[in-house]
Amino acid sequence: MQVTSMFFKKTASMKLDDPVLQESLRKFKGKFVDARARAVAEVDAWETVRSHAARLRDHAIENLDAYLVEFERNATRRGATVHWAETAEEACEIVVGIAKANGVRKVTKSKSMVSEEINLNERLEAVGVQVVETDLGEYILQLANEPPSHIVAPAVHKTKEQVADLFVAAHHKPRLTDIAAMTREAREALREHFLTADMGISGSNFVIAETGTTLTVTNEGNADLVTTVPRIHCVITGIEKVIPTLEDFATLIRLLPRSATGQSIANYLTLTTGVKAPGETDGPEQMHIVLVDAGRTKFVGTDMQAMLRCIRCGACMNHCPVYQNVGGHAYGWVYPGPMGSVLTPTYVGIENAGDLPNAATFCGECAVVCPVKIPLPDLMRKLREKQFDRKLRPWGERLGLAAWSYAARRPSLYAALTKFAARFAAFLGGKERLIHRLPGLDGWTKGRDMPAPEGRTFRELYGERQRRKASSADERR
Amino acid sequence: MREHEIGPLPGIALPPDGLTQFRNECERLGSTCAEALRLEDVPREVASYLASKQLEPRVVLWHELASLDWAGAGIAIDDRPANGTDRVGVTGCFCAIAETGTVLLLSLPSRPKATALLPETHICIVSKMRLLDTMEEAFARIRNEVGEPPRATYFVSGPSRTADIEQTIVVGAHGPYRVHVVLVP
Repeated sequence: MQVTSMFFKKTASMKLDDPVLQESLRKFKGKFVDARARAVAEVDAWETVRSHAARLRDHAIENLDAYLVEFERNATRRGATVHWAETAEEACEIVVGIAKANGVRKVTKSKSMVSEEINLNERLEAVGVQVVETDLGEYILQLANEPPSHIVAPAVHKTKEQVADLFVAAHHKPRLTDIAAMTREAREALREHFLTADMGISGSNFVIAETGTTLTVTNEGNADLVTTVPRIHCVITGIEKVIPTLEDFATLIRLLPRSATGQSIANYLTLTTGVKAPGETDGPEQMHIVLVDAGRTKFVGTDMQAMLRCIRCGACMNHCPVYQNVGGHAYGWVYPGPMGSVLTPTYVGIENAGDLPNAATFCGECAVVCPVKIPLPDLMRKLREKQFDRKLRPWGERLGLAAWSYAARRPSLYAALTKFAARFAAFLGGKERLIHRLPGLDGWTKGRDMPAPEGRTFRELYGERQRRKASSADERR
Repeated sequence: MREHEIGPLPGIALPPDGLTQFRNECERLGSTCAEALRLEDVPREVASYLASKQLEPRVVLWHELASLDWAGAGIAIDDRPANGTDRVGVTGCFCAIAETGTVLLLSLPSRPKATALLPETHICIVSKMRLLDTMEEAFARIRNEVGEPPRATYFVSGPSRTADIEQTIVVGAHGPYRVHVVLVP
């Protein structure tokens, strides 16, 4: 996917003015938030499970090399072929190569964010392979030729009227607006593809080292069809997805659906290990697993490593006031919301992701709801520091911060400046004690007034109080 | 490498009464539950379920279930893997999990996954002897009885669903519209 994160500010203000998007976001807001809160309240040991999950993800990341090799050994033993891709380009070449070598004409796909990262569909289509997205949301977006705007609910920005128009154009049937009927129509259109595809492509929520297992988590059951019917199954996933044991999966799956959609469990959890056994009527003859780095190792061993714990539940974006108001497309790459604000600058380069670490109110809710305790605001703060150090922020901001830092290290200068500022702000507030326009910061006061301070600084008031206390103590003596 | 350390279990994972927990969770997920006193009574129970849903009394099933007296219950059977045209699939399961109202199926040549996946209605026979509390217990049982997970190890929790259009939940996305569990001793 083309990176357009540099235009976050501009796109975000366009999104705020888009009435159709705002209507979709209004319907979305709060739904997942409430559902998650209910689902979490049912688990009395939630915090303990969360801490254990964070630890086990850290353990896996710290021993990534060992577990990935163990995974490869076990997957190979079960008849799968494991491929390693250092870059997005390499990953695409591997998958295109598999398709070409096997005369693949049609591919069914279940949702894979890694495939969005590397533009896989485009590359397959360029060599004449028909690619059919089968997750309902992804199918809608494929018809609309748009990228997903949410990692769990990709078409959350679409209204049913927009979907109805897309279905009329694609299915050549009378326009439906009943959501159940529309879903049925898509099911019928996709069933044919499921049964005739040569290759199925899926992601893998985790890969399990001890058994060589890849796995899918869905509600629709589309991944089950993708991994069961075609003669070739190709898994494409990030190297950080490895976990040591089946028990670790059991722990993580208690957190994932509850955090994502508020479900106690997703309808289909499917562990796929190797190729079909002799005598089996379903299952693939070939299984290929492409393990993709594409920027992930840039996190390993750095102060940003905690990000690799991410289990892609989307809770951080569901709870983010910025995401809730501008939607996912404004973030300009595959991963929106707080997780995207950390992943995108690291994957595609901090110089290409300008405003993302700043696309936050720092309310901290993302860290509170993260099932694996990723300190997202801290990581965004670290990225802001890096941007400052590399002089990637506008000169005005850098100058301001430099001036502040100069003053903050000189207590008497700082006291004098704040004394002046407090009095000046009180003067600006006038009798009403409200500032209508802040010189130089009129963006802040464009839509609201700033309450004016009372005229003296905290240090002045505190000093006065201490003196009063001391004199009254003297009197008592 | 790590041992098979079991993570902390939430209270709900250790229900006081597994069967009640299983039935409650099934209901929440939209699966229905019925009970047959003996395995031999399953065809009659299936017949009454199909009649109540006004479904044709014809099922495709796993070979191991073909020896039950389906004809006696008025049901026609197809003893083969399901294809895209079958309406009702009947399968057994490896075990069931009370915590989440889940059935766990393992692939085998004689137990094709298609039968649980392609038909609009999936009927799953669950032995109460194989009702476990948690997924961790299910994995331990796989290690004991099978050694390692077979090609497809799949946990089914209620009928297929989607909420991809305006977050409106619709049952019956790509898999079954109905999951009916028949509990046997």
